[in-house]
This record gives sequence, structure tokens and C-alpha cells, in this order.
Amino acid sequence: MKSTAPLTPNFFSGAGRQTSILRLLRNKFLTGLCIFLSLLTLIPLLSIIILLLQKGVPLLGPNLFTQLPPAPGQDGGGFGNAVVGTFAMVGISLVFSVPLGIFAAVYVNEYAPVSKLASAVRFVAKLLTGIPSIICGVFAFAAIVMTTHKFSALAGGIALSILILPTILLTAEQALMGVPYAYREASFGVGATPFQTIWRIVLPEASSAMMTGIMLAVARASGETAPVLFTALFSYNWIHSLMEPTASLSVLIFNFASLPYSHHVAMAWTASLVLVTLVTVTNVIAQVIFRPKHQ
Amino acid sequence: MIPAENILPLPLTDDFVPGESNFIQVKDFKFFYGKKRALHGITLDIPSRQVTAFIGPSGCGKSTLLRNFNRMNELIPGVRHEGDITIHGTSIYDPSVEIIALRRRIGMVFQKSNPFPMSIYENIVYPLRIAGQKDRSVLDETVERCLRSAALWEEAKDRLHDSALGLSGGQMQRLCIARAVASRPEILLMDEPCSALDPIATAKVEELIVELKKDFTIVIVTHNMQQASRVSELTAFFYLGNLVEFDDTKKIFTNPSQKQTEEYITGRFG
Amino acid sequence: MGENLIPVGSGSPITREYRPRTDFFRGICWLASIVTVLLLAFILGEILIKAWPAIQKFGLGFITGVQWSPNREIFGVLPVLIGTAASSLIALALALPLGLAIALFLSEDFLPVAIRQTIRFVIELLAAIPSVVYGLWGIFVVVPLVQKYGGVLADKLGFLPFFQGPAYGNSLLTASLVLALMVLPTITAISRSALVAVPKTLREASYALGATRWESILGVILPTAASGIVASSILAFGRAMGETMAVAMLIGNSQRLSWSFLAPSNTLSALLANQFAEADGIQVNALMYAAALLVLMTLVVNMVGEAILRQTQKATAGLR
Repeated sequence: MKSTAPLTPNFFSGAGRQTSILRLLRNKFLTGLCIFLSLLTLIPLLSIIILLLQKGVPLLGPNLFTQLPPAPGQDGGGFGNAVVGTFAMVGISLVFSVPLGIFAAVYVNEYAPVSKLASAVRFVAKLLTGIPSIICGVFAFAAIVMTTHKFSALAGGIALSILILPTILLTAEQALMGVPYAYREASFGVGATPFQTIWRIVLPEASSAMMTGIMLAVARASGETAPVLFTALFSYNWIHSLMEPTASLSVLIFNFASLPYSHHVAMAWTASLVLVTLVTVTNVIAQVIFRPKHQ
Repeated sequence: MIPAENILPLPLTDDFVPGESNFIQVKDFKFFYGKKRALHGITLDIPSRQVTAFIGPSGCGKSTLLRNFNRMNELIPGVRHEGDITIHGTSIYDPSVEIIALRRRIGMVFQKSNPFPMSIYENIVYPLRIAGQKDRSVLDETVERCLRSAALWEEAKDRLHDSALGLSGGQMQRLCIARAVASRPEILLMDEPCSALDPIATAKVEELIVELKKDFTIVIVTHNMQQASRVSELTAFFYLGNLVEFDDTKKIFTNPSQKQTEEYITGRFG
Repeated sequence: MGENLIPVGSGSPITREYRPRTDFFRGICWLASIVTVLLLAFILGEILIKAWPAIQKFGLGFITGVQWSPNREIFGVLPVLIGTAASSLIALALALPLGLAIALFLSEDFLPVAIRQTIRFVIELLAAIPSVVYGLWGIFVVVPLVQKYGGVLADKLGFLPFFQGPAYGNSLLTASLVLALMVLPTITAISRSALVAVPKTLREASYALGATRWESILGVILPTAASGIVASSILAFGRAMGETMAVAMLIGNSQRLSWSFLAPSNTLSALLANQFAEADGIQVNALMYAAALLVLMTLVVNMVGEAILRQTQKATAGLR
């Protein structure tokens, strides 16, 4: 064995071997900048959360959910009707969009995945995702409010159902795609019809992922204002029928935020706190409880 | 003015002793992925300007050791090592050693060819560009030199500015070799460079390896024992994170001293 | 071969078994698909029909007109179109560097996974906050800030038309600031997936050639992910154009043309939100016309974004 060569010149740090300080400094600087910018976004979020708690908590109480909104200039009251109205309209939207979205997804993924109709459905769903939420309101206004000559919970619910249809359809399709093909083969292999295979094997297997999509849609729909703003309008009374103007939490926030009465503004903050909590809890349920089993 | 670092001495003979038998020294090297120990105290000396092959079954640690020579393993979170690796007498873990400089002196060719989604030309000059080289003539010269040494010049000279992704699998791998030698490294690490190639492309790359050892110290990890016997002077056989045997390739393949080695090369396990 | 094994005869159970039966469920699903496809046509049709009287009456003058006075039945949306484009562009200009930084932050390992997960959760939380809550927050936080520092901006930079005083709290800048925050999650999410889709082997190659982390990011990773990032910006732009409530609460709802970021402005969606409930007669048709313009603009922007995104996915699929 030959002896080790003399240690100088160093293999790595001889003349011309070192990385320039500039390159290393630039590397450090950009890393710092990147971290700084990322943490910067925490500030507005923190500000929103702190204000929601600071301005929203004081009015919080059971009365809020059982009483009607005070007339402008008056104190007390609650927004029970708006909570009910929001739930009612989200409920209506689900009645329309869940069956429509899931059945269309079944057709697209199970019955005719490569058909023209399937690509048309996917295309339309993508386009609907990109349509501004206020357009759903404009459509419901044109199709329902202008025909029935009434602002109504039904119109608001239908506007919301158009808003969430693409979410439900696309997540349902994803859910169906997540079911291993082998399950279908096994079912067909023992002589099941397509209907039996879909109904007994595929849909149950995909159900929890579909629930995720539905919950996300619920979260989205309950927070939206624009679709219900001029379809359901607002009301200071409890909801009696689906064919009358109906209050919702989001429209209440919008209306009260710009009123010159501090009590109403405070109620807008409390309603925001309730709404954000509702939306966040629904989102968390969607992502934690109904997480797909096999992934 | 070109920064000093870009004027690399050509050739790098100032500190290079041909046939230095302990050019790379691995000294009782242990390596851990989290709690899992992947290498159990490896000691071996790799000579310069020769081809050393690492063979062994999957998961035996041969790639892990290879990827420590240019400290690529440190990109994986939670890894840790004990022992030392020196190159030409300097520890690669010495605080004065810059990881960037280390990697510039050690080229690496990966299992799957990984050209950047840029032109052939830009792929090769990438290491020069990041070092701040702007002189067009130096870049042009480098591209030709590297493509020639990777035996790709004739095939690629008319399409230097086409996307590298349009090359065939074998051409892409040779492009990656050309790119690896562009910063004039001393050592070339090859991590199963032919495993994704067809036999014809493999033969070309093997020819190239034999050609390249005139200028580079090559360490190659391979699954293919014929390949090891064709291209290498020395062969190290790894098993379960241990170095079982390290000797002349001829001896390993004709008269191994360990029973495990013999069983592996005759195909009884692995 | 197998024929002999099947008992042949009239009404053989097996032959009956194998006769294809009408699958009603298939019919239902087919119908749902048809309804979904027709829904888009129905939406567009309904809006166009209701807009038709205004389209006939005002024609292209609607788009080039600078005055919007329902009382005198004069309707022109040019300032509103400009406001829509301007607010979205400013929002994008503010959000893109931030979104990109976060996307990089999430895909690189600068800080431990736990911190990155927290940031990612925070961004998702930002996406979940309803628009109207952003509006409320904007009224209480951003409006006073812009009022306070807008004056300073107007003093110092007032020679530029963009920063001409007087500075209003409810202004284009206020709306754009909040919009930027609202489109941040879109930019972050899509850019992040574009960055994550860059094959690990390219990063390794770059490091092995002696590149620093940022040389690898700027030289290889960002260029490879570039079209995905462009797509994310376009989709975020589309989202900003359609965003309604926060803008309606913050932009000041003025149809007057102004160069200044500090002056009130308006957007198509805010116009719709503020006027629909109390509109009647030809004003409803004019608003429908404006809605049709909004649909057209967002559809075009979204289709371009989606097309680029699909192209990107194809290109990176080829890289693997």
C-alpha cells in the first residue's frame, strides 16, 4: 500500500475550490425571506381570530339562538331566525344537489366513463366550479324570484345548490375512482348486475369519501352570502314557509356590518364568530371523521 | 471579471497522484436512517483512476455508502453517521469542507436518468452557470468536451438546443454523465446507471465507463454481476449493511474467500 | 364446448338469467348527467334572456359607457369593468409573491414538519373563512389602515396618477388588499402541487452538481413548475374577479372613473350585490347584462387556467 499523499493542497479547499461567499449569502438571504413572507400571512389570520373573539364573544349567549333580531336602533334580541334560515337553505340545497351530483358521478365513473356525455359532465362541472357565486344568485333571481315574484328560501336554496353541485359531483367521482377495480370484478364475477355491484359494493365503499365532499359543500354553502343576498333577502321574523323572504347568518352580517348602531355591529361580529365556528367545525368533521378508510 | 472559483485548474494534477491506492478511505463508517442502522462499520480504501464496483442484494447498503461520498444522504431527514470518510486525506465531514465544493468535485450519475427539462446544451452548462460562468466560449467548449467524453457528441451536435427530454433513454443517461463531468470532478459516482436501460444502451454506457476511468475515479453500484466483472478492477460485496469481501474483481468472481460471496455470485441467493 | 353443459329447453333458467334487463338505475344516473350538462346551458340561457332587453337597447355602448344612473336609465359599465380588472390584478400582484413563498416554504424543508403543517393548516383556514367575514374584518382593520397611511402615500407619491389624493378608506386598494388575502390559498395550493410534482430526481441531480438550495430552486425547480404556477395565478385571477361580498363591503361602490388606487371604485360582482335587491324595470335587465359579462370573463379566464394546468400535468407526467 502506498502511503497517503501529503495533506496539502486540500482536495476541497485549495485555490479556486471554494464556493463564493456571495452564493452562500444569497442562499441564506432567500431562505430567510421565504420564511419571513410565510410567517407574515399569520398576521392577518391572527388579527381576524383575535377580533372575532374580542368583538364576538361578549354578546354570546343562549338568547341569541332563540330570539329575533332587534329593529335598527334597539338593543337585545338574537339571530335565531337567521340560524334556522341558514340551515333551511343549506338543507334545500342538499336536497337538490346531493342526488343530482352523486347520480351523475355514478354515471360518469361507473356506467359510461369514456362516453361523450361523461366528458361533457366533467367539463361542465369544472366550469361550474369557476363560476362566481353571485352568478348562482343571479340565476336563481332570474329563474325563480322573477317568476314567483317573491324572494324566498327556495330561491336561496336553489342558488346554493348550484354553487355546491360541482363540489359534490367532483368529490363523488373521486370517491368512486378510489374504489379498487378488483371489487367490481369480484362482484361481476359472481354474477351481480351493474346495479347490484354499484349499489351493494361500490357506493358503500365510496360513501365515506362522498360524505367528505358533502360536508365540505355544507361548509361552503353555509358561509356564502352572494347567492342568497337577493334571492332569499332577509327577514326579521321566523321562517314560516319556504316561499317567503328568509334571514341567513351571512346576510345578517352583511346588513348589520354597515348599520350605524353599535349593537347591530356587535351582533354582526357575534354572528361572524358563530358562522366561522360552524364552517370550521364542518370542515374538520369532513376531513377528520369521514377520512377515506383505505388511504 | 470571472470569480476565482470558476477558473478551475486544468487538468487537476496539482494535488493528484495517479494510482493513489487509498484515494477514498472509509473508516469504520456506520450510517443510520433514524433508528435503523443501514451500515455496520465499513472500512475500505478505494484507489484513484480505477473502477470500483459495489455489489450485493437489494438493501445491503451499497447505495447508501455511495450516496455518502458526496453527502447526498443528508437530504433525507433524520439520518446520522459515525466513523469517517476521507478523500485524498481530507475528511468530507471536516467543518472546513463545503458541501457545495464537495459535490462539485464529485460527479454523480443516478439510477434513473434525470435530465432537467431544458435543452441539451443548458443541461450540460448548468453546473457552470450556477457557479457564475458567463463566458460563451467556455460554455461552448465545455458542452463539446463533455458530450465527446460521454460519447454523445456525434448524436447530439445538431440538436444541442432541443429539449433533452426528446433523447432516448440511453442517450439521456449519457447526457447525465456528460453533465456530471462538466464541472471537472475527480470522482464519478454511479448508482446503478444501467438498470433502466436496454442491453444495447447498457453496452454503450459500459464502454464509456471503461473509457472514463482514464480521467476519473469511478465507483459504481450495480445489481448486474456481469457488469461488475466487465467494467471494474475492484469489487466490494456488501450484505446486510456489512462489507463481506473487497478484492480484485477477478479474484472475487473466480475465487472468493468468503462463502457468502461465492453463494451470491453463483446465484444461490440474492 | 360449454354448450352441452347448459341444460337446453324452453324457459331454461340460465337463458333467462342472461337476458339483459333494463337497468332503471342507469336511466336515473343518465338523467342526472343530462340535467347537469343542461344546467349550465340553462343558467347561461336564463341570464341572457333576462339581459336581452338591455342588450338590445344599449348594445356595445353598455360596455364603453362611463355612466351608471338608473334614475335616468343610463347604463354603462366601463368604470366597473376597469375596477374589476384593476382590483383583481392588484390583488394578484400582492398575493403572488406571498403565495409562492408559502408554497416553497411548504414544499422545502426549511423548518420542521410540525411548523409547516401548522402553516398549511392556517392557509386552509384562510380559505374557509366566509367572504362576508373578510368584509367585516376589512371594515374594522383595513379601512382605517388605508385611511391612515393612504394619506401619507398620497402626499409622498401623489405625483403618480395611481396615488392621487384624497385618500379614502373604502377604496380600490382596500378591496385589493383583502382580495389578495382571499386568493392566497388558491395560489398556494396549486403552486404547491406544481412544486411537489417536480420529480425528486431533478432536485438530486442539481444538488449533486454542487448547486445550493436556492440555485436548485431558481434554476431547476421553479422553471419546471412554472406553467403550474402560471395556471394558479390565472385561476386566482378568475377567483378574484368573481369574489363579491368582501369587495362590495370595501370598495366604496363608485362608478366614477379614476386612476387612483386610493379612490373608491366598483366591480361587476359588487355592483350586482349592491343593486339587485332594489332594482326594477330596465335596471334588472342591465344588471343581467352585467352578470352575463361577468360570466363570460370568468369562464374565459378559468378555461385558460384549466387548459394550462392540464398541459402542465401532462408535461410533468412525461418527466417521471
